[in-house]
Amino acid sequence: MIDLKDFTIESLRKSLTKKEFSCVEMAEDCLAKIKKENKQLNNFLEITDKLAISQAEKIDEKIARRERLEGLEGAPIALKDNLMVEGQRTTAGSKILKDYIAPYDATVVKKLKNSGAIILGKTNLDEFAMGSSTENSAFGVVKNPRDLTRVPGGSSGGSAAAVAANQCLGALGSDTGGSIREPAAFCGIFGFKPSYGMVSRYGLIAMASSLDQIGPFAKNAEDIKTIFNAIKGKDRMDSTSAEIAPPVRKSEFETLQIGVPREFFGEGIDKQVKEKVEKAINKFLELGYEIKEISLPYSEYALAAYYIIAPAEISANLARYDGIKYGYSASKSKNLLDYYCKTRANGLGDEVRRRIMLGTYVLSAGYRDAYYNKAQKVRAIIARDFKNIFSGKDKVDFILTPTTPAPAFKIGDKKDPLAMYLCDIYTVPANLAGLPAISVPCGEADGLPIGLQIIGPQFADDSVLNLAQTFEQLK
Amino acid sequence: MISKEQIEHIAKLARIELAEKEKEKFAGDLSAILDYIDKLNKADTSEIEAIRQITGLENVVREDEAGSEEKDIKEKILSQAPSRKDDYFKVPKILD
Repeated sequence: MIDLKDFTIESLRKSLTKKEFSCVEMAEDCLAKIKKENKQLNNFLEITDKLAISQAEKIDEKIARRERLEGLEGAPIALKDNLMVEGQRTTAGSKILKDYIAPYDATVVKKLKNSGAIILGKTNLDEFAMGSSTENSAFGVVKNPRDLTRVPGGSSGGSAAAVAANQCLGALGSDTGGSIREPAAFCGIFGFKPSYGMVSRYGLIAMASSLDQIGPFAKNAEDIKTIFNAIKGKDRMDSTSAEIAPPVRKSEFETLQIGVPREFFGEGIDKQVKEKVEKAINKFLELGYEIKEISLPYSEYALAAYYIIAPAEISANLARYDGIKYGYSASKSKNLLDYYCKTRANGLGDEVRRRIMLGTYVLSAGYRDAYYNKAQKVRAIIARDFKNIFSGKDKVDFILTPTTPAPAFKIGDKKDPLAMYLCDIYTVPANLAGLPAISVPCGEADGLPIGLQIIGPQFADDSVLNLAQTFEQLK
Repeated sequence: MISKEQIEHIAKLARIELAEKEKEKFAGDLSAILDYIDKLNKADTSEIEAIRQITGLENVVREDEAGSEEKDIKEKILSQAPSRKDDYFKVPKILD
């Protein structure tokens, strides 16, 4: 049995090239491991055997022709089940899409296939990516491989668990308010949310379109880079995807400045998380970085603004689930209105209905100004404050914070919706401002992993990944 | 506070049927979330305009022509319909 624990994407490529084992053998071992462990972890919704084996055969043919393997070739990857893979069931963790077959590939999926990655299957998630624990899936709770009594975080909990359990070397998730970084922190791995616009969302089942971004999970920064480089880029099918000029490289002699916002270490943070993150940040001093305390005074309003903007967009985006074009439909109804209401009542879970109704309310006549417009103004201030901190005379190059206020909690512990929302209090600001942010493992509290978040200026994705790698190499 | 009447109105706008028990539950949930959201009133936003698009995009337009999608995409999409007739989606009766 090939144990992925011992491999990175690069070292796997080397072993395949040296014919230590074939790519098909490796894929078969991964699939067998997933099938066996899924009874316990419940982190896969669909295992794509045929697709994986056919892709692996192509890699083996290439090796037989003595061609050089590059990039993602041969790398076993899992996909969050809100990403469309042509001909495969794509449920978004919802009963309303339980039999939906994707008619085309998402752009990121097409890119992964073209770059020679081995797609093993589709991972479990909070329904329509709404949640912070992967307890909201219509197909059951996902467990944290580090401690089976705890949640893996969410909403991309299935993907994070797959990487943490060494079922694959990388996985894709989506991050609207923290859904990649929070599960990465809870499972002790790397999880990266690129700048808004860096990765095409074509074929991602939409949640809140002004915030959604696709990104990778992996066990190290190098693998994150390899996956990110394969999926990024402008796409004509997503008009919000951006054309990015290569970043200006900073001179090696210039001292890099790191900002630590005091608002992210205040009330509500776990004592051990605070200590470990502060200790991690201080390690940059050894490298000659300058560290200074900064203030992001409006960050305390970020979560409140998020819970207006995101539900507003959710209520619009999820209007498409009407039982007419695809998905579950109510069997008995009096008329069309009744048909819509019954379809959506039976097909959508509690959290999804709660957010649709919240969004409907904040956009309804007489409330729009007080809620939605106010939130968009707060969002503008948050984006401006970040921009100011990343430019000007006293600028910093990066901002470092904890990823979450506390480590992974027990399954069933957060029954109150608001308590669940507060898990994302440190991750939401980067979504509101469209900034690149990564969660990097930085120690443990009572055996549970803790994440350090690195936030960078808009489109400075490569710098953020380089800093993550620098930190990784310090240990 | 969201009243029972308000939650009924919101649910109707959102096209979601709620059982009696659910009305109470969701009214309570939404009230608690709105209480939290109300902290926004303390944020001074007098000197800023609401954000439009985070990367500064204006309207993005393209020629209005059919893409070069694969030929069988129409069938793949229509085959997902809960109810269809030929190349049409079938919907329940609207007018009596």
